Amino acid sequence: MAKRQYTPRSAVRGLPKCPTGIQGIDEITGGGLPQGRPTLVCGAAGCGKTLLAMQFLVRGATDYHEPGVFMAFEETAEELTKNVGSLGFNLPALIRRKLLFVDYVHVERSEIEETGEYDLEGLFIRLGLAIDSIGAKRVVLDTVESLFAALPNMLVLRAELRRLFRWLKDKGVTVIITAEQGSGKLTRHDLEEYVSDCVLRLDHRVTDLVSTRRLRVIKYRGSVHGTNEYPFLIDETGIFVLPITSLDLQHPASTERISTGISRLDTMLGGRGYFRGSTVLVSGTAGTGKSSLAAHFVDAACRRGERCLYFAFEESLNQITRNMHSIGLNLLPWVRKGRLHFYAARPTLGGLEQHLAAMGKMIDTFRPHVVVLDPITNFVSVGEVADVKSMLMRLVDALKRQRITTLFTSLTAGDGALEQTTVGISSLMDTWLLLSSTEQNGERNRGLYVIKSRGMAHSNQIREFLITDHGIELIDVSLGPGGVLTGSARLAQTAHERDEVVARRQVAERRQHDLERKHAALDAQIAVLRAEYEREADEVQDSIVDLQQREQRTQVDRAAMTRQRKADKPPAMRGKPRMHTKGGRK
Amino acid sequence: MSMPRRRVSTSAPRSGRRSAGSAERWELRLYVAGQTPRSLAAFANLKQICESHLAGKYHIEVIDLVKNPQLARGDQIVAIPTLVRRLPPPLKKIIGDLSNTERVLVGLQLRARQ
Repeated sequence: MAKRQYTPRSAVRGLPKCPTGIQGIDEITGGGLPQGRPTLVCGAAGCGKTLLAMQFLVRGATDYHEPGVFMAFEETAEELTKNVGSLGFNLPALIRRKLLFVDYVHVERSEIEETGEYDLEGLFIRLGLAIDSIGAKRVVLDTVESLFAALPNMLVLRAELRRLFRWLKDKGVTVIITAEQGSGKLTRHDLEEYVSDCVLRLDHRVTDLVSTRRLRVIKYRGSVHGTNEYPFLIDETGIFVLPITSLDLQHPASTERISTGISRLDTMLGGRGYFRGSTVLVSGTAGTGKSSLAAHFVDAACRRGERCLYFAFEESLNQITRNMHSIGLNLLPWVRKGRLHFYAARPTLGGLEQHLAAMGKMIDTFRPHVVVLDPITNFVSVGEVADVKSMLMRLVDALKRQRITTLFTSLTAGDGALEQTTVGISSLMDTWLLLSSTEQNGERNRGLYVIKSRGMAHSNQIREFLITDHGIELIDVSLGPGGVLTGSARLAQTAHERDEVVARRQVAERRQHDLERKHAALDAQIAVLRAEYEREADEVQDSIVDLQQREQRTQVDRAAMTRQRKADKPPAMRGKPRMHTKGGRK
Repeated sequence: MSMPRRRVSTSAPRSGRRSAGSAERWELRLYVAGQTPRSLAAFANLKQICESHLAGKYHIEVIDLVKNPQLARGDQIVAIPTLVRRLPPPLKKIIGDLSNTERVLVGLQLRARQ
């Protein structure tokens, strides 16, 4: 299990802490148990006290190189080894490496007679020897209360326990003391009177046939801590407390963007997709393609080489992969490569808290980049809406802290308002995509809007959403006179628009033709006019020539007449009269 | 009075094996932690009781856990002082400074519980 790094905030505030190495507990307590002081872990039988204490020692030994002493009052070392062996704790190996010392303290009442004064120095000596022999930094007393059953003198016992806890403090070891829960009080024998630094309570409750283990920090002197009850799991690796509502809202906010797996959707989200580490809600009525959208996202992440965790609460792995294959997404290779992990379970399998813890645990071990919860709506069948919301809030917090991008799908009831999620969690979401189906002309068509997307300029347009055999396609919708048109109405509209274009083009062509014809007519008219002009010009020329000839003839006639009369020398001809002919100035 | 170091047989050689009643031997261990007044008192009380009731057939081993802390595990010692009757069986433990002779005798089963 990966270790967490903690900022030394609590150390700065003056209280050194001893990390337990148990998932979640260190988060709740802001770094661990009070270092060098005793912590009381109380709870009813079977709630996991011994396990928590043992895990504290084992993690201390393996993760922090702090040897530990387990003083068992109820189980022998062999029994203990066997019991925790199923959780992967190899006690004999740790004991051999001197990282663990198990001492079984058995006090049998029937063997004991009490006469006069005594103290528990024997216990101190044993504990002291155990601590010194391996240089222990951590000690567990499980369950010191059984001494109350074995030793009759309460006064001595109480005084000695008080001395014991003081002595342990002086030794500087961090101690867990387990105690049975009493009726109406924390512990049956009021051990909380002696251990005042830190008290944890474990609880195992059954509500509506569903059992949930919970942990609560009742008291932590000198330190802030989460005060809620936190669910925890006991599974094959021990106790796991879900990292719950963070004490502060300090998630990292990434500016990195990751693709949605659908390029046109990326475009709608400011051109580059979701923010890494953000939460995405895809809501819609049944059959609008929520899972397909999720599958696209997962596929894109796997292509980038990231790890994805897919929580399926409605379909099995095989069903999902088969269905996605039909739209051209082959998810199985990613599963085989280990990049994609499916966790399919019915929400009714366990309580909300158990789901939360189980999911948290899977997320912690698989360390995904992308998580899909499909769908979250089904949780309402196991819990109240308020509980579901609180669970999701905690999950969102945990995911955001780890910079995991999460996509939730949510089924919207057909009759309600679309912009309403059944569990009312939209405020937790950074990006909200709404898938709707519209009925028009006797068919249902899908549409997609971006209702919100924090921190990016996103499209306000509705897109028609097609599920084809090669994946999801987004297309522009047509806006008809009656509003948005999708499906065959869109096709009809497109055809109609195309016809209109053709018609307009024809009109234009016709007009041009007319114009050309007019031009031709004009030319023809010009030709006629010119012909007329030429004819006139010819006539003018003819008349001029005629005139000249006549003048010449006149002169000739005059000369002849003169000769006939034998008159004086005729006046000399100065030359031909200058006459303009054709083409001259008009 | 000082306490014997570790292993002291106080059985008198003359009373030896021919002691009255039975041949049973009493093996007693007294666990103490350092020479505290309580330890010393316990040892003195024990010795006195043994002398008066088990003369010649008892053997007391005093174990100081301050010196030999590892020995506390074997007999499951928690309280100090603890007297362990190892023989005869069954194993019995008496805790305290053994100041109440009556109860010690009951605890050692030398006297029936009243």
